[in-house]
Amino acid sequence: MSDDVWILGINMTKFGKHPDLDTVDLAAAAARDAIADAGVSMGDMGILAAGNLMGAGLGIGQALQKQIGQTGIPVYNVSNACATGATALRTAIMAIKAGECDFGLAVGVEKLAGAGLLAGGSRGDTKSEWTPKGRYGAVAPVDGRIGTDTMPGVFAQIGMEYGHKYGGTSFELFARISEKNHAHSTLNPLAAYSKRMTLDEIMNDMMIAYPNTRPMCSANCDGAAAAVVVSGTKLKTLSQEQQRRAVKVAASILTTDPWQESCQILPDVNTLTRNAATQAYEAAGIGPEDLDLVELHDCFATAELVHYDNLMLCEPGGAVDFFESGATWRDGSMPVNVSGGLESKGHPIAATGIANVWEVCHHLRGEAGDRQIENAKVGLAHVIGLGSACGVHILERAA
Amino acid sequence: MSQQVPLVEYLVLGDDPHLRAHECTKCGARYFDRRNACASCFADEFRDVDIATSGEVKAFTIVVFAAPGVPTPFVAAMVDCNGTSVRGNIINVEPDAEHVSLGMKVRLATTSLGEDTNGVEAVGFGFEPVPA
Repeated sequence: MSDDVWILGINMTKFGKHPDLDTVDLAAAAARDAIADAGVSMGDMGILAAGNLMGAGLGIGQALQKQIGQTGIPVYNVSNACATGATALRTAIMAIKAGECDFGLAVGVEKLAGAGLLAGGSRGDTKSEWTPKGRYGAVAPVDGRIGTDTMPGVFAQIGMEYGHKYGGTSFELFARISEKNHAHSTLNPLAAYSKRMTLDEIMNDMMIAYPNTRPMCSANCDGAAAAVVVSGTKLKTLSQEQQRRAVKVAASILTTDPWQESCQILPDVNTLTRNAATQAYEAAGIGPEDLDLVELHDCFATAELVHYDNLMLCEPGGAVDFFESGATWRDGSMPVNVSGGLESKGHPIAATGIANVWEVCHHLRGEAGDRQIENAKVGLAHVIGLGSACGVHILERAA
Repeated sequence: MSQQVPLVEYLVLGDDPHLRAHECTKCGARYFDRRNACASCFADEFRDVDIATSGEVKAFTIVVFAAPGVPTPFVAAMVDCNGTSVRGNIINVEPDAEHVSLGMKVRLATTSLGEDTNGVEAVGFGFEPVPA
């Protein structure tokens, strides 16, 4: 226990629309509630790691300190695309592992309600003179002329590539993955959207990038999540109640995408996830069969399928059959995204990599109410930030 | 004949339009953009290699919702050109799932982006279905 790092307190705000709260308000709410959940105070924190992708460069950590406590501790403002929250959490965990402090605070926050596409270049009128620019020497924007930069389109191709390699995918199959997550969301009061949707409703909704319709895309929304981590040595000095509710960080892994032949054409979200999962299982001393629940990065329905395989929840190439077996529904053998996933819970980018850890902790503590996975002991939280970064955390409940 | 410029430097125009990659002389990794060193093996010498002009669709999407000013729908794809993956649109085809499929055979085709005020025509590329 003494060498381990534990999550002592954790919180996520309601995801959705918060028109009356600004970014710092949301971060402050999650941070203060995580500290209260831990039963400690801001004065105990020895490090703050914070992320806010849309405001990257503005120093969310220091802005947050002004509202919850300026104690002079080191602040790390981190930015790692959709893996920003997981990166903040891992930064705090590393500081504790390094012996720099006993308590650390990690926060991720985003205001995205009403935002549209988050990538893809808009196009103006034809230039008065064609002039080559950038590393491709392009005389005009290439988004839409040479493939797509939009996330729904990129992740659509990632799912289709899996289908080309192994077969068995279809528009309907991807839509049924989304149907599962929307069904799960009905039990999550903190989800941005918690309405069950039929397969027909999902398939007949607005097409964004085939085969992803709107409900098959992650929901832009506002939200924050925060976690307090503590050293095992310090935890032993805390109350029985704090020790009982503490959740062990059995693995905290961050990887980037190693070079692959086609990675300059279509981002490879597979290899770095598989690498992160392999390292995480090894660090935790468990295998995928030991997991009671998984929260994985379903930024699009097409992405969830490939991560069944990447996280080794199924045999290589077996993701379609695995899903068809019903395994990933909440009453299946390997419940995936019982929170509703990014497609319904929502995806306030920098908050996501802590919110998925919150979901797993909620179950491990036996506090998940109607959506509790009974007797959950071990869970895995996964995020992908395109570019790419992958965070995997394996969490274990206190013995 | 009016003067032409390629949309991107890796498109070679002329009688036989094709794509050209920078290939790492040490490990053979191929890049369409300018690189400081090889991302695969870190060597820093490259030679230009011509890419096959026909290939097979490895992945595609039909983009319906794009940034302002980008005409939709269009088919974005990853095409396997004899072992080199290439990004491009599938053109000269109905942009729907009935007409585009995984494994479809395609070939390079050029498209005009129009002329600038000097009368110079920019030329882009896509991949069109190969008639069976």
